[in-house]
Amino acid sequence: MKRGLTFLGVLTGLLLSFALYEALVAAPTERTMGDVQRIFYYHVPSAWTALLLFLINFAASVIFLLRRNTKADIVALVSAEVGVVFCTVVLVTGPIWARPVWGIWWAPGDIRLTTTLVLWLIYLSYLVLRRFSNSSQTPVVAAVVAIFGALDVPLVYFSIWFFRTQHPSPVIGGGGSLDRQMAMVLLINWAAFLCLAGLVCWTRYLLEVAKREVDEAEALETLYEGSR
Amino acid sequence: MNSIRYLYAAYAATWAIHGTYLLILLRRYAQIRRDMQRLKRGERQPLA
Repeated sequence: MKRGLTFLGVLTGLLLSFALYEALVAAPTERTMGDVQRIFYYHVPSAWTALLLFLINFAASVIFLLRRNTKADIVALVSAEVGVVFCTVVLVTGPIWARPVWGIWWAPGDIRLTTTLVLWLIYLSYLVLRRFSNSSQTPVVAAVVAIFGALDVPLVYFSIWFFRTQHPSPVIGGGGSLDRQMAMVLLINWAAFLCLAGLVCWTRYLLEVAKREVDEAEALETLYEGSR
Repeated sequence: MNSIRYLYAAYAATWAIHGTYLLILLRRYAQIRRDMQRLKRGERQPLA
């Protein structure tokens, strides 16, 4: 397992370096927006990764509710936590791109922006619930929250297909035209961010397993001390 | 359009967010290691 983690770490480092070079140097400069368009190579892959992690959280939550499987519960927690990190990147890089292009940091009432912010708040609440509630029912309640929260994921994704919004059209599969080289750089960056997400999730999973083992050992120790 | 500073700001913010999260994970890891060593020594957890 340690060798697998090391391999993934090296692969992630190499891919992220290559992806950074491709985004900043190799990708062609967009005609109207100029260099600021390169933010797209971090913004879009981060958004796709966050949505994927929230879908994994949804699947793990359903499995946990059906089978009460501890591993599924840990996968749900880890995917939500790493998903929130990637969603934070989306919510920070979006306005930094919007300021020079739209002239404003945020478009109030825009459906894509609003649903993404709501998604971030839902999963932040999920993490707060898991962090500060010590009830034995917490994983069940959290799984239910996660299932309702996941309803916002398709709303975020399809909002620019079905509603009038200031956000740019979908770059792939939505009728948008993206330069071939730009599409390649975008996919390289997504692969790099997927590797990073995988590496962080794996590390966080091992950390959570160790934490639960320590908590269990402490509880047993307290019981033993109490019975003497 | 002088946009290069926005580009650098976005990339720096991305790595700052990921870096902060990795630091949080490192702190949690250090705490778990301390707890494990304390359990091995048979010490009780101090009351908060």
